[in-house]
Amino acid sequence: MSAGSSRRQVHLGVHFPGVNNTTVWSDPEAGSQIDFSSFEHMARTAEAAKFDFFFLAEGLRLREQGGRIYDLDVVGRPDTLTVLDALAARTDRLGLVGTINSTFNEPYEVARQFASLDHLSGGRAAWNVVTSWDAFTGENFRRGPFLPRELRYARAREFLQTARELWDAWQDDDVVADAATGRFLARADAGWFEHLGAQFGISGRFNVPRSPQGHPVIFQAGDSDEGREFAAAEADAIFSRHGSLSAGKLFWADVKRRLARYGRVPDDLKILPAATFVLGDTDVEAEERAAAVRLQQVSPRTAIAFLERVWNCDLSSYDVDGPLPAFDPAPIAGYAQGRANAPENPLATAREWRQLAEAEGLSIRELVIRVTARQSFVGAPRTVAELIDRFVQEDAADGFVLVPHLTPGGLDEFAKTVVPILQERGVFRAEYEGTTLRDHLGLQPARALGSPTLLSAP
Amino acid sequence: MSSGPSARDELHVPGSSELHLAVALDGAGWHPGAWRAPDARAAELFTARYWTDLVQEAEAGLLDFVTIEDALGMQSSKRDGGDDRTDQVRGRLDAVLVASRVAPTTRALGLVPTATTTHTEPFHVSKAIATLDFVSHGRAGWRAQISSRPDEVGHFGRRSLASQPSGTGGATTQPVAWELLEEAADFVEVVRRLWDSWEDGAEIRDVETGRFVDVEKLHAVDFEGRWFRVRGPSITPRSPQGQPLVVMLAHGSEVYRLAALGADVVFVTPHEHAEARSLVEAVREQEATIGRPERLRIFGDLAVVVDASPSVAVGRRDRMDELDGEPWRSDAEIFTGSVTALADLIEHWVGVGLDGFRLRPATLPHDLSVITAGLVPELQRRGLFRRGYGERELRARLGLIRPKSRYAA
Ligand SMILES: Cc1cc2nc3c(=O)[nH]c(=O)nc-3n(C[C@H](O)[C@H](O)[C@H](O)COP(=O)(O)O)c2cc1C
Repeated sequence: MSAGSSRRQVHLGVHFPGVNNTTVWSDPEAGSQIDFSSFEHMARTAEAAKFDFFFLAEGLRLREQGGRIYDLDVVGRPDTLTVLDALAARTDRLGLVGTINSTFNEPYEVARQFASLDHLSGGRAAWNVVTSWDAFTGENFRRGPFLPRELRYARAREFLQTARELWDAWQDDDVVADAATGRFLARADAGWFEHLGAQFGISGRFNVPRSPQGHPVIFQAGDSDEGREFAAAEADAIFSRHGSLSAGKLFWADVKRRLARYGRVPDDLKILPAATFVLGDTDVEAEERAAAVRLQQVSPRTAIAFLERVWNCDLSSYDVDGPLPAFDPAPIAGYAQGRANAPENPLATAREWRQLAEAEGLSIRELVIRVTARQSFVGAPRTVAELIDRFVQEDAADGFVLVPHLTPGGLDEFAKTVVPILQERGVFRAEYEGTTLRDHLGLQPARALGSPTLLSAP
Repeated sequence: MSSGPSARDELHVPGSSELHLAVALDGAGWHPGAWRAPDARAAELFTARYWTDLVQEAEAGLLDFVTIEDALGMQSSKRDGGDDRTDQVRGRLDAVLVASRVAPTTRALGLVPTATTTHTEPFHVSKAIATLDFVSHGRAGWRAQISSRPDEVGHFGRRSLASQPSGTGGATTQPVAWELLEEAADFVEVVRRLWDSWEDGAEIRDVETGRFVDVEKLHAVDFEGRWFRVRGPSITPRSPQGQPLVVMLAHGSEVYRLAALGADVVFVTPHEHAEARSLVEAVREQEATIGRPERLRIFGDLAVVVDASPSVAVGRRDRMDELDGEPWRSDAEIFTGSVTALADLIEHWVGVGLDGFRLRPATLPHDLSVITAGLVPELQRRGLFRRGYGERELRARLGLIRPKSRYAA
């Protein structure tokens, strides 16, 4: 294989298995979703394989369906930043990406948490800025359900803008710590900031000196037009849902096109779709395993639960091996709560599903598997490596955030079999070249304040 | 930094002495001039290496736990606002995150970061400390602290402490402090409810029925108070200790009451033996009006400048006072002297009913290493301090039970 210095490099992160049905907890090999050893295992596997980063999602209220806590998927997760900080002690180079919401937090606290993580990890921190704003989640917080949906990005933009002002309130050389002269600070106003905006009116002194990366790497995950615009203006990476070759190319082109408006070039923003995978010794074996995993992911009860989230009512009397309900969903929302990807138009989704099921003769369970559980990459290691490479060379992605279906060993086989092939092809690092996450992702140093932001853009 | 071999790796002797020792970590130490001490590591205060070394030294000395100071504002030499000094340590890392960063590098030391109740969310604090308990395998605590500083109010901009006085101290601060304390009481209550909101055994992983949790064992906490409502349950399962240790520093009966209501350990600041006795009595009095299942543990706080020889300690303190430009003052008694004298003081004062001491080292790492390598062996020789870690979990080491969830049938 020709070493391809001209070939675009693949970036890889691993998403710790989450609280939806992608994660198979019923498998005999499935371990704890909360013991630190599970996080440690997966993070160390990723680092041994020279991954760019380890990624943690977040959801601030236990999911409910039909008025009860939803019990069919994994339930329970840690505090994002606390686990990432502990992982910083168990890894040396791996980036640590934390999903933290901009609605039920305040900039001073979040800015200092990420600056602290960046210091304590030697420059490996990243913040995935999400905007979940829903009233259901709000019930766990001081302000309650306070933010209308249409303001979610106004708050997110100003939140991030404010955080950047706080990080920029210290310069690299503000801490002198010169015992001989008695000067600890280079200037008396280190940390001074003042932000007066529609969302936040704060001033004073930020109390964490500038961290190794200046600003943590910024990820973004919302998919709306506003979300994409926010990413184009502000983010270093997007965690996207568009994992097929065709959808990936469309998304890639759409988002990269938006960059010029902010004086940015395509390489400034990495597009990293979520990707599931199943490996096997041969492609055929992998397909068989993938089919078995899909059955684990979509149990009969899970299939019904999926349907209920579209139809917004109890469908427990339906036979999963029979046809979909013939009636249309009720025009009410709120049957399922606490999910980031609720269908926006249940009626349309239901009709689409019914058509597909009729056209292909699918039962309820087969339909749900068909529309929700297709793995992104299935095959022998070489097949999967070639696919990943192809997506990146053909501008469908800059890399992937892999979502294993097993905790904690779900990345082991990929690390052992696929990564060496990517390295052999010259598209994935064999050794870390830098120490910070910015280095791994090939990003510019943190932008100084005053660079383009959405506050002044359309 | 090394400590005597007698302090390390010896077996726990069951039934041996009950004295508990904690150390309070803050920047380069508690003396404002500490960062200029010859062995200070002032340029490293914001690195993981520095904090790791400190906690490993504390663990080598078999200490019960360390506390880590924090605030949502800049350090200041003024009580009621910022200053513009450049000759003292300014800036600090988030204490909960420092604790979680060092947790995997230690095995037995308790880790008790500070988090304020004034500007933060009980839901976030609850899951952060629970997670610290997971990553440390049952060694987490939380020092709950209120903040009445106007500069911190400005950093959040979301509340006006309308009755906030501009002057320092005095009776006019009472209404504000009172409100903040009441809020703190609610805050601690919510945090504790959230820690109980998953009963033990809620996670059932029942493959047969496809249920991961038993929803009957997950509970809304439904707290409604003057400052917030919180619905619950927590997103984080019940942690190894069930209820991580809650500690408070208290200087008066209102806070003793708050501690009796919500804390496991209270730090008091006696300046002499007789006062130690009266403070213990005052705490017990508040405790009696509350009716707790378990006795509140009372630690005496002492700031310490300690060396083998008293003259060296006095010399160091003078030198630091001189560097800082004024004599060091503290809310706690400042002990300056020899290891032997400090051991004498501890032995004497512990007799009034204190469960232990929290020592605030004037300088780091110096005074910490003198504590671990000098004071601890001296207390061991006197039969006052353990010779090895027994219980690894923090509550258990302090003789506290692991409570059942309040929601358990
Ligand atoms: C791939 C992906 C992952 C996401 N993960 C989370 C998450 O972990 N926590 C969360 O609160 N929101 C998450 N979101 C939700 C979005 O970040 C966003 O805040 C929300 O969907 C509203 O923005 P939008 O309308 O632009 O999509 C995720 C979205 C995507 C596309």
